[in-house]
Amino acid sequence: MIRSSKRWQALALTAVAGLALSACGTTDDGGSDSSGGGGDAGASPLCGKSLAFLGALTGDAGALGQNMVGGIQLALDEYNKDNADCKIELKTFDSQGSPDTAPGLATQIVNDDDIFGLVGPGFSGESLATGKTFFEAGLPSISPSATNVTITDQGWTTWHRVIGNDDAQGTADATYLTEKAGASKVYVVDDGQDYSKGLAGKVSEVLGDAQAGSDQISVGQTDMSAVVTSVKAADADAVFYGGYYTEAGLLAKALRQGGWKGTFMSGDGSEDPAFVEVAGPAAAEGAVLSAPAAPAPSDFGATGLYATQAYDATNIFLAALEDGAETGEEINTFIGSYNEDGVSGPISFDDKGDIESSSIYAYFVKDGELDLENPEQIQ
Amino acid sequence: MKERPLDFGALFGSFDNFMSYTAGGLVFGAIYALIALGYTMVYGVLQLINFAHSEVFMYGTFAVAWTFVFLHGTGRVNQSLGEALPVLLAALVAAMIVSAAIALLLERLAYRPLIKKGAPKLIALISAIGASFALAEAMGLRDRFASWVGLDDNLKNYVVPGKARDVYSNPVSIQPKGLFDIGGYSVTDVDLVVLFAALAMMVALDQFVRRTRFGRAIRATAQDPESAALMGVNSTRVVQLTFLIGGLMAGAAATLYMMKIGSTRQNAGFILGVKAFTAAVMGGIGNLRGALLGGLVLGVMENWGSAVFGSEWKDVVAFVLLVLILLVRPSGLLGESLGKARA
Amino acid sequence: MAKDSSETKVKKDRRGFGEKYAAAPTPVKVVAVTLLLVLVYALPLLRPPILTTNSIDFGTVMFRVIAFALVALGLNIVIGYAGLLDLGYVGFYAIGAYTTAVLTVYHYSWPFFLALPAAIVVTMISGVLLGAPTLRVRGDYLAIVTLGFGEIIRITVQNVEWVGASAGIKDIPHPTGIGAKPNPPFDQGGLFQVPRLQWDGFVPIVDLEHKTSFLAFGSRDAVPYYWLILTFLLLILIGDRMIKASRVGRAWEATREDEDAAELMGVPTFKYKLMAFALGAAIGGMSGSFYASSQAGYINPQSFPLLLSMLFVATVVVGGSGNRWGAIAGGALVAYLPERFRDFADYRLLAFGLALTVLAVWRPEGLFPPRRTRRAKAAEAEIDALEEGTENEEVTHA
Repeated sequence: MIRSSKRWQALALTAVAGLALSACGTTDDGGSDSSGGGGDAGASPLCGKSLAFLGALTGDAGALGQNMVGGIQLALDEYNKDNADCKIELKTFDSQGSPDTAPGLATQIVNDDDIFGLVGPGFSGESLATGKTFFEAGLPSISPSATNVTITDQGWTTWHRVIGNDDAQGTADATYLTEKAGASKVYVVDDGQDYSKGLAGKVSEVLGDAQAGSDQISVGQTDMSAVVTSVKAADADAVFYGGYYTEAGLLAKALRQGGWKGTFMSGDGSEDPAFVEVAGPAAAEGAVLSAPAAPAPSDFGATGLYATQAYDATNIFLAALEDGAETGEEINTFIGSYNEDGVSGPISFDDKGDIESSSIYAYFVKDGELDLENPEQIQ
Repeated sequence: MKERPLDFGALFGSFDNFMSYTAGGLVFGAIYALIALGYTMVYGVLQLINFAHSEVFMYGTFAVAWTFVFLHGTGRVNQSLGEALPVLLAALVAAMIVSAAIALLLERLAYRPLIKKGAPKLIALISAIGASFALAEAMGLRDRFASWVGLDDNLKNYVVPGKARDVYSNPVSIQPKGLFDIGGYSVTDVDLVVLFAALAMMVALDQFVRRTRFGRAIRATAQDPESAALMGVNSTRVVQLTFLIGGLMAGAAATLYMMKIGSTRQNAGFILGVKAFTAAVMGGIGNLRGALLGGLVLGVMENWGSAVFGSEWKDVVAFVLLVLILLVRPSGLLGESLGKARA
Repeated sequence: MAKDSSETKVKKDRRGFGEKYAAAPTPVKVVAVTLLLVLVYALPLLRPPILTTNSIDFGTVMFRVIAFALVALGLNIVIGYAGLLDLGYVGFYAIGAYTTAVLTVYHYSWPFFLALPAAIVVTMISGVLLGAPTLRVRGDYLAIVTLGFGEIIRITVQNVEWVGASAGIKDIPHPTGIGAKPNPPFDQGGLFQVPRLQWDGFVPIVDLEHKTSFLAFGSRDAVPYYWLILTFLLLILIGDRMIKASRVGRAWEATREDEDAAELMGVPTFKYKLMAFALGAAIGGMSGSFYASSQAGYINPQSFPLLLSMLFVATVVVGGSGNRWGAIAGGALVAYLPERFRDFADYRLLAFGLALTVLAVWRPEGLFPPRRTRRAKAAEAEIDALEEGTENEEVTHA
């Protein structure tokens, strides 16, 4: 007993000493610039440091995060090959897409002095949960995939995205349905989650009177018979589904099997070959899937949804580095003035951090396959 | 999205729509019922909620898809029910074997040691929750396991490197054919098979429990395990048999499910499991006919609820209905326990 | 038999520790407890090696650990004391979080410390409202009914615009701090700043760059939140101890062991069950309230899945249902282990599931069974030994 309380006393002393030390060194942090500042003219002080990725790498949405990491890694590999003396590493932080896990990872990221920029966060929920942390710490971030409209309304000046937000895509999709596809009664379905409701909500809003009805399914739901009946009862000639490919595929399949013959359309969350696999080739035929991204060049070395955006986002940070930006503030300014063509389309940001001109493309399912090469630009 | 008002017209406004909602619900309700059997059997005998039963079902769905890949290859095609039938029957056998094996494994590893120790029910639930997590995760990591043993290349169509957690589809998409119309609902061959297969299996199981020696042993153990043991019933065997039957039925449910839905994933069991468990309680847990009734009622009420309140509220409708039923009939619709089933 | 004797030994050792503590003079006790408290409070700053999570912020993890422990403590009243299986506890957690969010930002702008008691009261009322009809249902069915309740709450907040629907509620204000207000991005505010330790192997280095502001609640640092919630956990612990030892605690125990007998002895079992339910709910709501106003200041319906209820039940049962320290330990383990072993990222859920099963099979009474269970086990062993004959008797009495 006595011995152990001695140990505790020692620990308490350490704690007291810690407090005393803090009293000495409490002159604001002011950054640790002592080592930076000039030196080698060519080598940036950021050489050997890291970019971070925050998003789902495991868990149910892990496949999307893996796509993004593929894109980031591709950009870094290309850069590191050309700049052997200034290698940039990637540190990945797996949130499993959960807004509950993300804040702890964000805190870890902002406390890691090796990290000078963030590609991510992957989803809208975790963006909203971590935006404040990154903003307060002044860490610039570019998200390849978070499309919720309200994120850029928070005044987080360090937050950017290289993907059109739900408003842009929703408007283009609704216009496509009424004007190109000639639909006059569109039934809108969402999956109750934020991304889906944002996109489907915008489509409904733009459709106005052309909306024949709306319903909501839930992620993981497989029985679509009620929605099918409602769609047929509303006599709809088109269905728009905002959400991901699994439920989109099941919905398309159930609709076709129920004998419904109209146009099926969905957004970027469904633009994946797995949509066709789930729906089956017959039911998927003729479906229209929009995405705020041009098809990847045929020699592009990464695959999957959001890989091109992640690649572009990474390249912006690397361009900032080549441009000589050293502090978070300089990188942030550089990102704000960036204006180049990426593989996913032309990239420049407005003052909120949204991509300025997002082109939306419609991809079609033809002959039992998602045709990724010949999309139609719809905005 | 705007909030929608209650829309009774959508359900009752036209006979066509009403029949359509009802028929769709019945078909899915039949699948609930088959899964619910697993919960009901185990509960009837052991008074335990077999939380991991959803994974027993999930492994069955994969067995179906794998059988198709194995016998048919990965080329994606549409087939009618008749064309797919031979492979489908093979898949049924495979799914029943796989599901039963998983169920027996569960019994052996997660339950029997606890039952032997006479552990409280709650701890068995935790054991089952743990097993459920582990089984679902193992399926989601199947690509890693394959690469550990160096078989990832040989098995890449089954384990799908990097996409093991993603949705996995049966390469053969079974196209239902409309046979006749009831109201506005075109009844297809797939729907009929699902409904009749489920009914037939229910009847067969019911007869098995009521008329055979094994059935009598199950009922005896459910009624009074100690007396049954004294009369020479081997209770471990009975428990095994219970899990075996639950597994076989889950395998059959998995086949019907894959026939109708066509794709699965490592977490596909969870929601269905919760629903099936709800159905079992609704009908009177421990009661085989109750499971059937509960499944069908739940399926239909979900669709009716979707029509009136919107699909987003259908689970709320289901659970509120459950509470109401339990308040009026505290032991479920048919209320009997497994032990009381008369010969 | 060898097993029985080893268990008696363990039991003896534990009593030995407790007796030694009880026998120590008061000043020693005070010093020991104070030192322990200081250590616990300083944990996220000391960042001891091995214990510290290395790929996720340790302070945030510790906050979640305490939040889980608080939930476990509340659920322990429902499951451990009153013996009611609640599979929808996440519903109360959500109600607490949403009440706080609605009161502090979404519809009103109350300060956090006013919203916290309000959230507790609201969840307590919701506990009574759920309990009143459903506690009359037979015990086993309670599980599915409460599970349904948890889902109903989640679906409702997901679809009702008044509570933010699927978008959730953001910008939930942080608790009011002490000292200067933080002024992002560089000024952290607070009265004074505390550096933390950084370990190079086992050599501590004082890290002067990443400092924690004393009681300034911002988004960059979870440690102040940890201190706040830890304080409340300690308060609840004291309350829990008092109520367990009171007439109410005994009534719960009687109800759990044999409801009919308790009723016959004049215990109004329904009333006490309802009380346990409401108290448990209130503590869950409190934890939810802290969660809502924590670092991120953002909640959405997806944060309250059914699965979380299962995890909550697991925390209580793994630790040892009915033992408050067991519940806390269970909560800590369930929140901590997956984060500590993030390196096994892909395998951590698999490992967690296996661990739950192995633990359940290996120690069915939980890691830290309540004293009552240990006593009962010892008595049982004794009876067995007596029944079986003399050769075992010496083992039990040894």
